[in-house]
Amino acid sequence: MSDFAPDRVLVLGIGNVLWADEGFGVRCVEVMAETRAVPDKVKLLDGGTQGLYLLPFLEEADALIVFDAIDFGLAPGEMRVLRDDDVPAFMGAKKMSLHQTGFQDVIATAQLMNRCPAKLTLIGCQPVELEDYGGGLRPAVAAQIEPAIRECEAELARWGISVAAGVTQADDLADASIRRGAYEGGRPTEGEACRMGDHRFFPGAEKVRA
Amino acid sequence: MSVLNTPNGYTMDNSGKRVVVDPVTRIEGHMRCEVNVDENNMITNAVSTGTMWRGLEVILKGRDPRDAWAFTERICGVCTGTHALTSVRAVEDALGIQIPDNANSIRNMMQLALQIHDHIVHFYHLHALDWVNPVNALRADPKATSELQQKVGPSHPLSSPGYFRDVQNRLKKFVESGQLGLFKNGYWDNPAYLLPPEADLMATTHYLEALDLQKEIVKVHTIFGGKNPHPNWLVGGVPCPINIDGVGSVGAINMERLNLVSSIIDKCQEFNENVYIPDVIAIGGFYKNWLYGGGLSSQACLAYGDIPENPNDFSPEQLHLPRGAIINGNLNEVHDVDPRDPEQVQEFVDHSWYTYGEPGKGLHPWDGVTEPQYELGPNAKGTRTNIIELDEAAKYSWIKAPRWKGHAMEVGPLARYVVGYAKGHEDIKNQVDGLLRKMDLPLSAVFSTLGRTAARALESEYCSRLQRHFFDKMMTNIKNGDESTANVEKWDPSSWPKEAKGVGMTEAPRGALGHWVKIKDGRIENYQCVVPTTWNGSPRDTQGNIGAFEASLMNTKVERPEEPVEILRTLHSFDPCLACSTHVMSPDGEELTTVKVR
Repeated sequence: MSDFAPDRVLVLGIGNVLWADEGFGVRCVEVMAETRAVPDKVKLLDGGTQGLYLLPFLEEADALIVFDAIDFGLAPGEMRVLRDDDVPAFMGAKKMSLHQTGFQDVIATAQLMNRCPAKLTLIGCQPVELEDYGGGLRPAVAAQIEPAIRECEAELARWGISVAAGVTQADDLADASIRRGAYEGGRPTEGEACRMGDHRFFPGAEKVRA
Repeated sequence: MSVLNTPNGYTMDNSGKRVVVDPVTRIEGHMRCEVNVDENNMITNAVSTGTMWRGLEVILKGRDPRDAWAFTERICGVCTGTHALTSVRAVEDALGIQIPDNANSIRNMMQLALQIHDHIVHFYHLHALDWVNPVNALRADPKATSELQQKVGPSHPLSSPGYFRDVQNRLKKFVESGQLGLFKNGYWDNPAYLLPPEADLMATTHYLEALDLQKEIVKVHTIFGGKNPHPNWLVGGVPCPINIDGVGSVGAINMERLNLVSSIIDKCQEFNENVYIPDVIAIGGFYKNWLYGGGLSSQACLAYGDIPENPNDFSPEQLHLPRGAIINGNLNEVHDVDPRDPEQVQEFVDHSWYTYGEPGKGLHPWDGVTEPQYELGPNAKGTRTNIIELDEAAKYSWIKAPRWKGHAMEVGPLARYVVGYAKGHEDIKNQVDGLLRKMDLPLSAVFSTLGRTAARALESEYCSRLQRHFFDKMMTNIKNGDESTANVEKWDPSSWPKEAKGVGMTEAPRGALGHWVKIKDGRIENYQCVVPTTWNGSPRDTQGNIGAFEASLMNTKVERPEEPVEILRTLHSFDPCLACSTHVMSPDGEELTTVKVR
């Protein structure tokens, strides 16, 4: 255990649930709330694709853990954890989605205001598929939700915070109609509603497909 | 290479050097612009394209219409609430659901909070950096900055030399830490930046103040929507009960929360009056020669109108934000707009990557079809998966071309203000005339990039006054004993007709937004959104009319094509909700340089 013992931790899931594996981060906090009882000092938040709206939550936190789908250039479904200075530096290197650009700005803004959390941890997963509008998580990415949550638990443990099995009541999660089960289960078939993406801006996705 | 005259009055010449501005985002869809510049670096051709498929019908077909708001809230990274509001209005319209008075006031306050939030964030955190140079602010004299502040905004309390010195030191530390961060993407040595260091320091200081204010504004959404981001909405009203005497009751709106809303409204009003509008006047004063970029705004403007005084009444005289259409540059005639009329709003796909089976056909959104046909024109450069240059004579965008009675229209704050001014809307007219007087500019100056930016500031101020109006209205209503916020009489699908269709309209921060829904057997049969950026960023239509982005870029001089700050100023003035990177290509299609610009 480190000496660092935050009073308030923000566990944030970011991404757009409408773009398949882009929703990874949001689904992680969703599952975490359904399967873990986190203490009051830990806030679980669905950040969606929001940028500056997230600033007040960052400012309140001593430490931040972010779940996100990020192009690390790894094998699809592989996970990676980055910490502190590597987080914004890494995010700055990629500009493939607005929520990353947006979130990178949020971190920079918090730094400019001298109110950035002292510790930043990014738990990211390499997506399999991004450009399936209306689609859900692919199995390889969905399979990383639980390991990602365990990474988060381990990080919290290093900061002296223990998490038990159970449920966390959190108001800041997605509406029931777009939680993963309802969202993926209620999808119209390909015959009913055409699906087609544009490959140009997703070299990662294309590489995966090739 | 060809020269083409469009029916809406532009001469398009696609010879010369091609400059590509390629925004990269995944929220409302990617946007990209390509322009040709002649030997004097004057823009002679502009091509705006949406490079990404986004068919919401794909997601919503077969879903419960009462849930549609939660999906549409995720379309956009900024306008979450406004999509949700449009969605619940569309469903209520289809099912004939009447919302209570308090719900109307609360929805208006949420929508107005979004307008104000968006306008302030847009100006200070996205657009200001096109005009303001934060690096230059390091050279400012704090004392002279203080004098400038007291001259342009005498009522603003934060104006001492010490205050500006502190901010300057903070900024210096930030820049010296080597991570220019937010400011790393500017062309800070470009001669297009004209402000003296003191104005740069003042505006950069307000950038920081706006950051603190925007956090307060969104609390309105947290209070009325239960949470933020992604506040909750409800078909039939709003999901927050009012319990005025309640103490600490979970979720209910009590006096303590209402007092907080009231104080936020005051803060917005003060900021708009004492900081935002004075800044626009002060900064705009240095750029008075920059009256480019008006595009369609003097020709064709569309507003659906919004902020109904009373619930369920969308007649034009009842709307605080005006409704109407102006065409052919005739400001003496404002046409009414009926989103149900199959002849008014239509979408065309001749230059879009879709097919309706026959050329030249326009479809009303209720009958909208989204069948993709992705093919590049014969003169495009690059490949299907890596386009270097588009062929605008063929299909070239994933955005359909919406038209109002066949006209390409500009939407957004400037369009709303042009329509309002033409209609003689008292508040709007007073604001516009007052601003022009202070800046010593003629009315024609309104039709410009700066006019778009100024209209947004005026609208933010007007919206904060409207917020106060609806807050007071709701309080009076509550005091008279009406605490109702939702009508759930028709919540149960068994009370619905077998088939129904409806339309919801709002004025999103970036312009007219409509959702059209068809419901069958309690489920969504078709759902079409025509969003503001579809209007403004639309490709050419069957007749060759160019859209608002394209028109606004025409005949602008780009001093340094490798740093196309002029293009960014104009595109950003539409608040297109995009981050972007810029690629500059040589005439033979080779990339000269890549510049990342937000």
